[in-house]
Amino acid sequence: MSLKAFHLVFVTASVLLMLGLTAWCFGNYRRSDASMDLVWGAVALASAGALLVYGRYFLRKLKHISYL
Amino acid sequence: MDIPYTVKPRPDTGLYNAKVGIWLFLASEVMLFGAFFSSYILLRVGAPDGFWPDVATAWPHGLLNIPIGTFNTAVLIISSVTVLLAWASLKEGNLPKFKKFMAATILCALGFLAIKSYEYNEKFTHYVIRLKDGTAVTGHLDIDGKSPRFWSLATVEAKKLESIKVHVDVPNQFRYPVGFKHESHAEAEAKAGGHGAGEHAAREIKTADIALLQAFIPKTGTFFAIYFTMTFLHGLHVLGGAIVMAYIAFVGDGMWKTDPERYTNRIEVAGLFWHFVDLVWIFLFPVVYLL
Repeated sequence: MSLKAFHLVFVTASVLLMLGLTAWCFGNYRRSDASMDLVWGAVALASAGALLVYGRYFLRKLKHISYL
Repeated sequence: MDIPYTVKPRPDTGLYNAKVGIWLFLASEVMLFGAFFSSYILLRVGAPDGFWPDVATAWPHGLLNIPIGTFNTAVLIISSVTVLLAWASLKEGNLPKFKKFMAATILCALGFLAIKSYEYNEKFTHYVIRLKDGTAVTGHLDIDGKSPRFWSLATVEAKKLESIKVHVDVPNQFRYPVGFKHESHAEAEAKAGGHGAGEHAAREIKTADIALLQAFIPKTGTFFAIYFTMTFLHGLHVLGGAIVMAYIAFVGDGMWKTDPERYTNRIEVAGLFWHFVDLVWIFLFPVVYLL
């Protein structure tokens, strides 16, 4: 597995982490009604989106490099 | 003598040798960290929730700084992006750009370690105090304006202090189990003489009333023992990775002139190790900080 393939795995794991963090923050917001939880949840969701955009960018940039 | 298959793929594996080597090494690392994660899960599911009745075996929640942990996670994610872009720059033949991305990666690694050190220091100055009447508080000591590390009741008694000033944590910050006799924030404020909302109430506690005074260090209990073990082991990997990457990028870069393909492969191998270290943190962060 090349660095390109491992990076793809890493970005996928990071997106899942950010989505999990979003759910965790929104869950806290439902329980506590603290607006900071809502803000942190929105930031985590935006980070997940940014990582997805970056994922597309890096795959295009390294399209000539093998996954092996 | 030439070392074989540093650039060309070996016919039987289809990969150059260093790549096979690093994946074998990473497989052993998976077993190392896997054992720690398994231990963590087994200890976690077998532990009573909160800090009561036994500080040593119970599993506290909310005692780690989640915003700082999240920021550190972002720092490591950025470092993985920069190490990939550094490798891509070498593939394009652009050494100056590669060095800039490697410098950014190493700065991220050092930033991560600096933040982690700050977090450790926060825990070394953070205490659980159980009183003889059964109440318990957590907070930071204030001894002549300083926040001492690693104190215990024996330290307070040895210094012959009649009372200690404690900046008590905001209650409900931690999920104490039902039956935990924790004083309310209003009670704490009343004892401290009144504070604004959200401020840490400071109060004097008589030494004679204290049953337990314990900083958050590995020997405090199971949670802190495995928290410090896993994060310190991970921190050592970050430090090792940063040293190796700094050496390859800024000391051993002469190979770029003589054998650029082999040099690029070295960076790929270092990048694979770095991604593994970052991936460990991607699992460590939610398990230790959030769950």
